[in-house]
Order: sequence, then C-alpha cells, then structure tokens
Amino acid sequence: MEEFKPESRPSILKTEAINLYYGSFHALKNVTVGIPQRAITAIIGPSGCGKSSLLRVFNRLNDLIPGARLEGNVLLGDDPIYSRTMSVETLRKRVGMVFQRPNPFPMSIYENIIFGPKHHGIKNKGELENILHRSLSQVALWEEVKDRLKKSAFELSPGEQQRLCIARALAMEPDVVLMDESCSALDPESTMKIEELMLELKEKYSIVIVTHNMEQALRISDMAAFIMIDDSKAGTLVEFAPTKNMFSSPKDTRTLDYITGRYG
Amino acid sequence: MMKGSSRVTENIIKTLIWAAALSVLTVLVVIIAYILIRGLPVISWQFLTEIPRNMGRSGGISSTIVGTLMVTLVAIVIATPFGIGTAFYLAEYTRRDSMVTRVIRFSAESLAGIPSIVYGLFGFIFFVKYLGMGWSVLSGGLTLAIMILPTIIRTSEEAILAVPNLYREVSYSLGGTKWQTIVKTVLPSAIRGIANGVILSVGRCVAETAAVVLTAGSALRMTTSLTSPTRTMAVHFYILASEAISFENAYGTAALLIILIFLINVVANTLINRFIAKGR
Repeated sequence: MEEFKPESRPSILKTEAINLYYGSFHALKNVTVGIPQRAITAIIGPSGCGKSSLLRVFNRLNDLIPGARLEGNVLLGDDPIYSRTMSVETLRKRVGMVFQRPNPFPMSIYENIIFGPKHHGIKNKGELENILHRSLSQVALWEEVKDRLKKSAFELSPGEQQRLCIARALAMEPDVVLMDESCSALDPESTMKIEELMLELKEKYSIVIVTHNMEQALRISDMAAFIMIDDSKAGTLVEFAPTKNMFSSPKDTRTLDYITGRYG
Repeated sequence: MMKGSSRVTENIIKTLIWAAALSVLTVLVVIIAYILIRGLPVISWQFLTEIPRNMGRSGGISSTIVGTLMVTLVAIVIATPFGIGTAFYLAEYTRRDSMVTRVIRFSAESLAGIPSIVYGLFGFIFFVKYLGMGWSVLSGGLTLAIMILPTIIRTSEEAILAVPNLYREVSYSLGGTKWQTIVKTVLPSAIRGIANGVILSVGRCVAETAAVVLTAGSALRMTTSLTSPTRTMAVHFYILASEAISFENAYGTAALLIILIFLINVVANTLINRFIAKGR
C-alpha cells in the first residue's frame, strides 16, 4: 500500500475544537479532526476514552442521551451539522452507522434493507427493489439471500447479519459510514470478510471506524486518531496522523505506550 | 457436614416450593372442575339461544351473552387507545423521573387499587345520573374502560420499555424521526406485550359484576342499542345465585363464562401469533 497523504484529500467531516459534555461530565475536550474523503479513518484508544462518543458526534446520536451537550463546530462538507439549517434526519441520511453487534430488526431481510429508504419517503416498488439489489450486492450478500428475502433476518449467521446491517446503512446512499467496533462480536473469518468489504467500500464512501484491535487499525485504516483521557478524565486527541506513520514513528510517548500494549 | 446440611436445606426448600405450586394448581383445577361438572349439563342449544324467562328460572341466557360482549367491546375500544397513548407518552416522550411522569404513574397506580364497586358507584353517579345516559351498555362500557385503563397503561409501558434501546438507535441512525421510530420500530416489538395487557383487560371486563350492575343495569331483554340497559353474564349469575332464583342456571352461566374467557384467550393468542408476531 502506498503512503497515504491526507493533504491531498479534502475532509468530508471536520470537528473544530469541540467539547462534549454528559451533564457535568466532560467527555471530549478540545478535539479537532478532519476525516478525509474516501478513506478509512480509525479512532483508537483505551476503553472509556470517548472513542464511541466522538463517532456519535458525527451523526448526532449523542443527542439521545439526556444531558448531552456539544460545544464547537462540526462540519459535514461545508454544512454545520449542529445547526438549525440541517435537520438531524437529513444528517443521518448522509452519515450512516453500523453498530457493534449485528442488530437486524426482527423483520425480514427485505424489510430491514428498505427500512431507511421508506423513512425518507421512497414508496415506489421498483425503486425499492433496485435499492435492495444494489445494497445487498455491495456487501456481497445478494447471491446468498436472493431466494429468501422474505425470511427473517435472524436466520442469517452473525457475520451475514452484520453485512446485512452494513447494507441497511448503505441503502440510504450515505456519504459517510460510521462503524462502531463492528467486527468485535464476530469470528475471525467473518471479521476478515468485513475488512475486505470495508476496503472495497472506501472507493465510494468515507469510513470512520472505532476499533480496539490495533492490528485491524493497521491493516485497513489510512488515518488514525488516538484518543486518551487526560488528568481531568476528559477524552483528548493525542495524535492524528496517517496510520502507517503513527505506528512506525509515533510522535507522542503516550501513543507509543498504547500501541505497544503498555496499557489499554 | 456443612455440605450435607445445605443439601438438606435445598431439598426442604424444593419440596416447599413444589407444594406451593401444586396447591395453587389443585385449587384452580378443583374450582373449574366443580363449576364445569355442575354447569355443563345445563348448557344446551336452547340455553345459548333463548332469552331468560321467568326471571331466569327457565329459558336461556342469550341476551346476557350479547350484553357481556357489547359492554366489553365498548370498554376495550375506548380504553385501548387512551391506555396505549399514555403508555407511549410515559415511556418515550418524558424523562422517567420528571414530575409529570410521576404524577401520571401515581394516578394510574392509584386507579388500579380502587375496588370495582367504587368505579360502579362513580359510573352510576357520573354517567348514569349526571350525564343522563341511564343504565346502558354505554355507561357500563365507559365505567369498565376507566377501570381497566391502569392495567393497559402498566402492561403497555412495560412492553415498550422492554424493547431494546438498540432498535431505537438503529432507527434514528437511519434518519428516522421519533414518530417513525415509534411506529415502525418500537410498536412492532412491543405489540405482543401490549396485546397481552388488552386480553387481560378483556377478561376483567367479562368477569366484572359490581361495576356493571350499577351502570349497565340488569335488564333481561335483548339489547338493541348502546343506550339500552343490559345484563351481563356475571351479573346474571350473581342475581340468580344471590336471590336463589336458579342455582342450576347460575352454574350453567358460570360454566359458559369460564369457557368464554378461555375461548377469548385462545382466539386472541392465535390471532397475535398469526398476524402480529409473524417473522419474529
């Protein structure tokens, strides 16, 4: 893999010195990152440092937590996402998410995929079937499930379920896909399939992952953001750099300590 | 030594628990069997299709069956939307510890603890007298609706809260609005629990005596409209037995009441499995 040059890529998502609070708890402190377009950015760091919180800043899923409050600007392209000009539904249409565990709805495979498009008012059957075919093909699941689209999504294996969940997010044709430790509940073989899939998807989408797995970050991500809690227990961005550079020559001793497994 | 004594304790407790379960089952079986043995021989085609004659000494009980079903239907149709609406409000639209939520929940719990005769008295004063509805299917149904409201609220709220939060997050992450999330995600997952609460309430309506006798009346003729008085099976049974009119027909009515409740449960559960819970 050639060296990744972030300068050559415009950022699709940018945070400008954001602070995130849950009530009186300061969860993220002064975080500035730019997520490059059509690349994989990994957010890494020890448990409880605020990785998932940062991910959920990008689709405003933190809004669901009572008492959550964000200071500072977050831009999707040029649009501020924490403003009245963009509805949260539009934002989430453009920024999709895949969760830690495979979590299909208790519905058929078909209904799972068209769930999002239907929310956004697509009713035409032909159009919905195009979406179904496209998104399932994108995750290499079409051939396996095309004859049982009306069957419950729970009949799929966990790995297939997770690919279905990725397809469900892709059905919205988002610009960005957020993945919150999306392989951590899967066996190694399924994990490998999903990693391959992510490398294919980054040709078209900008992907942000949260991972605990250093090898995974190194294998598939172009950029890495290392987050850690500081002395006041707030998550801060320690280092943000091309993954290869960060792992070969970390600039901060805390990064070095973490990636060499001294804590975490 | 220690091990041996703890095993003895274990066995004693096991036996006690078994005995408890067994005695409950025995009581239930004995009651049902006793009523069915005395009541079933009375039930005939004529008993089901004719209206009571001679105060219920002879004839059938058809008008009371119709009365029971009508009063219950009115109660369920009115209480269900209010109950489910309140439950969704409590579970989805307010914070659990807010003042409003606590007041509503406290009110609902208090309503649940009121004896049914008090509902009957209220229904009599408010619907029958004050609103001038008289003894009628409507007065009875409305009174029962208020009575079963807490049950529907409580069971629905529990069913809604039992829906994994993850489903809501996924729906929101796909750009769903709150309303879409509730209708498309939460409701389908909670509907089974909600339906169970409604079925439970149907049972209570069918079996209720005190609240109905004061509001729906005890007329024996066939009910023709929502504004005419009626007598439910439970009331019929109560009057036949308490006024010593006909113990035979009282047992027949009781047996039919048990069969009816059983049938409602079976049919409702089949419908839920067939139409609501499919693919789940």
